[in-house]
Amino acid sequence: MSIDLDLDCRGLLCPLPVIELGKRYVEVPVGGLVAVLADDVAARTDIPAWCRMRGQEFVGEEEPGRYVVRRLS
Amino acid sequence: MRKAAAYLDSASSEPLHPAARETLLAAYDRGYADPRRLHGPGRDARLLLDNARAVVAECLEVRPDEVTFTASGTEAVHRGLLGLRRVGPVAYAAVEHSSVVHAATWAGDAVEIPVDRLGRVDASAVPADVGVVAVQSANHEVGTLQPVADLDRDAPLFVDACASMGRLPLPHGWDALAGSAHKWGGPAGVGVLVVRKGARWVNPFPGDDRIDERSSGFENVPAALAAAAALRAVVEERAEVGARQRALVDRIRRAAAEIPDVEVVGDPVERLPHLVTFSCLYVDGEALVTELDRRGYGVASGSACTASTLTPSRVLEAMGVLTHGNVRVSLTRDTSEADVDGLLTELPGVVREIRARVGL
Repeated sequence: MSIDLDLDCRGLLCPLPVIELGKRYVEVPVGGLVAVLADDVAARTDIPAWCRMRGQEFVGEEEPGRYVVRRLS
Repeated sequence: MRKAAAYLDSASSEPLHPAARETLLAAYDRGYADPRRLHGPGRDARLLLDNARAVVAECLEVRPDEVTFTASGTEAVHRGLLGLRRVGPVAYAAVEHSSVVHAATWAGDAVEIPVDRLGRVDASAVPADVGVVAVQSANHEVGTLQPVADLDRDAPLFVDACASMGRLPLPHGWDALAGSAHKWGGPAGVGVLVVRKGARWVNPFPGDDRIDERSSGFENVPAALAAAAALRAVVEERAEVGARQRALVDRIRRAAAEIPDVEVVGDPVERLPHLVTFSCLYVDGEALVTELDRRGYGVASGSACTASTLTPSRVLEAMGVLTHGNVRVSLTRDTSEADVDGLLTELPGVVREIRARVGL
């Protein structure tokens, strides 16, 4: 899987990883992939919830603490 | 200037009902003695305790000998759940109160029943071959009612009714059930355990030589009587208070949903009358609670940063809804339209301001 943007959010507490994702996902083209590396436990729920609320695609937790999102719009 | 506070956290604890206050003071004068003793003051205390039990039974439409007073709602949950358990794991809804989860963990073998996005268990998804099933009457964080009477199960059923007791009639189909007086406007320190006649319930803890074999320790007679008085008043008022609260919560749900990137969660219809929960994207839950408190509104939050454990609400997690920027608003019997209007006037600006701090 080719990731267009890697966001290292380790050490950041909620809601900072989601804020980082919300600010920076526009850096990838529509259809592109963003990977968020986060160790805050809330990210496991909040990143898929962000995708649902913002109309983006949650691809999955590719490995523990690494969440992949596809920009749809 | 800081305006008079609007306390909007009745789901954590409802202010003492006026009926309970009067009863409590009177009962401290009359209900101090050991209700097991045969002297006058003892007989007096016994009379008050039996009266409290009878009133609670009538309000809940159960038999007086099915009602036990405990030292807290949590104790009622622990006794009710563990006393029903047969051989096998404890199956509990993923959105149960932490007291249920702690009891299940203590029992050593537990299995979660998943919930949908609204926080409701699927009545046909209860696992088989378990020792006991625990499903709440209504969720304490998002208000969603559970299909207690329709659960497809073969094990005994424990219902945590702490969030709904007094506010709604009890559901049907359970073997033991728990409530908590301070959640309906009684004093803290009184739980209610109801064990159905004929249910196979065995005391999971050391016994005692008190009046009620299902409990232990010296009975808090004045508080039990005050809890009963509050429950009676709340049940008498609930048609009127519940309808008013339901309409106010509908307004909060609509207004919150109009703020950009805010998700109102829980069942919009099949729910508790007095509470609503929503989550605001990109907002820190602690900041939100603090800013609303500065403006005079006391609300709760299920966000990780507001929890002693620093983990997000298990309820929101199990539902798969946003856990940060979370606010639970729960109305007291006195919450006015003006309180709600005031909150709804402040809310959009507070959310905007906190988002602006992080450049969103």
